[in-house]
Amino acid sequence: MRLGGIDWGRLLEMMRKELRQTRRDPQALRVVLVAPIVQLIVFGYAVNTDIRNARVILFDRDHTSVSRELGQTLTASGHFRIVETAGRAQDLVEALDHGRAVLGVEIPRGFEGDLAAGTPARVQVLVDGTMSNTATVAQAYASQIILRFGQEHSSTVAQTATLSGGRLPGVDLRVRSWYNPNLESRIYNVPAVMGSVMMLMALLLTALAVVREREVGTLEQLMVSPLTPVELILGKTVPVVGIALVDLTVIASVAILWFGIPMRGSFLLLFFASLVYIVCGLGSGLLISTASATTQEAFMTLFMFFLPAMIFSGFFFPIANMPTAFQFVSLLDPLRYYLETVRGIFLKGAGITVLWGQIAVLALMGGAILWIASTRFRKTTA
Amino acid sequence: MPRRTDAHPAPERPSRRAPDPGPARVPPRLSVRRLWAMAAKEWLHIRRDTRSLAMAFAMPAAMVLLFGYVITFDINDIPTAVLDQSHTAESRDLVDAFRSSGYFRITRQLASDADISPLLTRGTVRMVLVIPPDFARNLAAARPAPVQCLVDGGDANTASIAINYAQAIAASYSAKAVLKGRTLPVPAQAESRVWYNEDLKSSNMIVPGLMATIMMILSALLTSLTIAREWERGTMEQLAATPVHRLEVIFGKLVPYLGIGFVDILLVAVVGGVVFAVPFRGSAFFLIVTAMLFLVGAQGLGIFISAAAKSQFLATQLAMLATMLPSLLLSGLIFDLASMPTALQLISLVVPARYFVVALRGIFLKGVGLHVLWAQALGMLLFATAGLGLAVHAFRKEIA
Repeated sequence: MRLGGIDWGRLLEMMRKELRQTRRDPQALRVVLVAPIVQLIVFGYAVNTDIRNARVILFDRDHTSVSRELGQTLTASGHFRIVETAGRAQDLVEALDHGRAVLGVEIPRGFEGDLAAGTPARVQVLVDGTMSNTATVAQAYASQIILRFGQEHSSTVAQTATLSGGRLPGVDLRVRSWYNPNLESRIYNVPAVMGSVMMLMALLLTALAVVREREVGTLEQLMVSPLTPVELILGKTVPVVGIALVDLTVIASVAILWFGIPMRGSFLLLFFASLVYIVCGLGSGLLISTASATTQEAFMTLFMFFLPAMIFSGFFFPIANMPTAFQFVSLLDPLRYYLETVRGIFLKGAGITVLWGQIAVLALMGGAILWIASTRFRKTTA
Repeated sequence: MPRRTDAHPAPERPSRRAPDPGPARVPPRLSVRRLWAMAAKEWLHIRRDTRSLAMAFAMPAAMVLLFGYVITFDINDIPTAVLDQSHTAESRDLVDAFRSSGYFRITRQLASDADISPLLTRGTVRMVLVIPPDFARNLAAARPAPVQCLVDGGDANTASIAINYAQAIAASYSAKAVLKGRTLPVPAQAESRVWYNEDLKSSNMIVPGLMATIMMILSALLTSLTIAREWERGTMEQLAATPVHRLEVIFGKLVPYLGIGFVDILLVAVVGGVVFAVPFRGSAFFLIVTAMLFLVGAQGLGIFISAAAKSQFLATQLAMLATMLPSLLLSGLIFDLASMPTALQLISLVVPARYFVVALRGIFLKGVGLHVLWAQALGMLLFATAGLGLAVHAFRKEIA
């Protein structure tokens, strides 16, 4: 970039024009500020893979105090809520078919007697597998609860356990979870919202703003003005950097103050990494604008860029679980590196010594994209 | 670019009543011919924008492939480090049990405590097993033998799955090591049977439900700009000056997009069936009826946003906000609604995709029909009516 060849006064005027244009459109401005908040709330509360209050239909064929206690134990765990009791086996089928319950538990006749006699008792659990992740977790919880319930209520196991001082002998796995002791999903997801919001803002604000000027015809006016292409690009992008940094501050504040996300690293590093990342977003937006003639085209192209960027970044689902080919594709995704950085800074308090690799890749990508975009931009406009 | 907004010079049917006091440009009767002309004009717009058209078909296929492969809760090969201070046959057996389970990949053998922290911080490993020196002695004495299991809890979901696997491995190892062939009586056991999705495949969960999200996003992408574009380019005044009725405008704009949406529905079903072998157990007719109703609602919503926003930039923003996030996250597509806070559950009640996802899974996986899904079908009907009503309402205000 020919930094020397820039008329700073003209550039400042151009930026003032851009800011005025944004300010004149109060609805758009509101969206720019509201979108991050909405995303934060949704991601902070909705993205959770643990289950609570899963609907259960109970078919108790034993009708004893022990079988009723098993029902209560299921509810007391917090994972299940008994919404119905069945009178016959057919009721279970209907409840699952209609989706009124996701789990059907059938306690066999003679359950109490079997436990007392030490005969293995089998509890039938029917699982609605349509929601496979909920089903997997619910199934595991139900098995654990039933197993433990049996151990507590059976005379034989009680004897075995007393032999070894109240504990079953064997490996005693003591799990300790670092960085996130209570395993809350939101600690992982809320910082990631920064990545998606800033990418979306940078893309929308640059790509659509440039394409709109082209569509309305004011881009030609700008072209015939004495502004050089570099000044034009800077004038278009620098105000967006400002808006994105405002969004960053808003999200970080809400994350820390409202959601209580621990911030263990340095704010300075966060801002620096974000700045590098925004350049990637701006460059991509500019690139899209050079390749689109209408807002409709730009919007479609933007979406086809943004959605894969979200999916491949490990935002929802860990990259390590993806098919190998997808893992390679994810290496091209700037959002991936930014998420690693943000999560590292927030959760682990990682510093530049740990994260320099990610930030360096982001800087390289940003530089490359911006270079390609501005060359193309100059060609398509000049 | 020349726009053919005046699709016809309007030779009118003789039904025009003479004393029409109101706006003379609103004809009293709807004409199929005008509606058709409007649809043809809109189709011309779409066809000229080859990229958007290509994407309208490429995007659904791409989304099904991406989501179908990426969304999985089966976690394998969790990178794990071991700090074995026991150095006995027993401790090596335990590590082998972890390795051979397939869930964990032992990538490092550590020498001291100090190595643990940097590995977890850099994310080189996700789990560290610390086997203390007295491990074998404890096992031999039939005492509980503590083993530390340190997990990177950052990604809570992966971490809790990993913990479950680790505990299961430890339990089965203990059973083997301690009981040495004797069997511990299991007093009560759950016998699980999974219905509808017997292998608990994530793609069976995602692909049918994804149809709702795709319809929603597609409508946002395609229809949310149709009216805003005319406003911004000034062709709306031309359109207003023609005798075309506002219902004809709305329906005319809707028809081509409904055609695209219909093809996309088939596309998603075929890709899901061929690539992911998603079962289809219900009625195709019922699927198409509910899907078309949903599509009408979603595109009506898109047109409403377009008419209300009047600017393309605002329309894109609103469309993204109104469609993508809710239909992805508040529809029960990926995350269980019952586990969310009450406030979000209440909000999700007005997310149309929520009902459609239930209907789609019912049709594909459970093979149930109208007798079970009547409430959802009614919901689709309501959504279609509401979407169209909103679109027509917002549009009337502007033109009259």
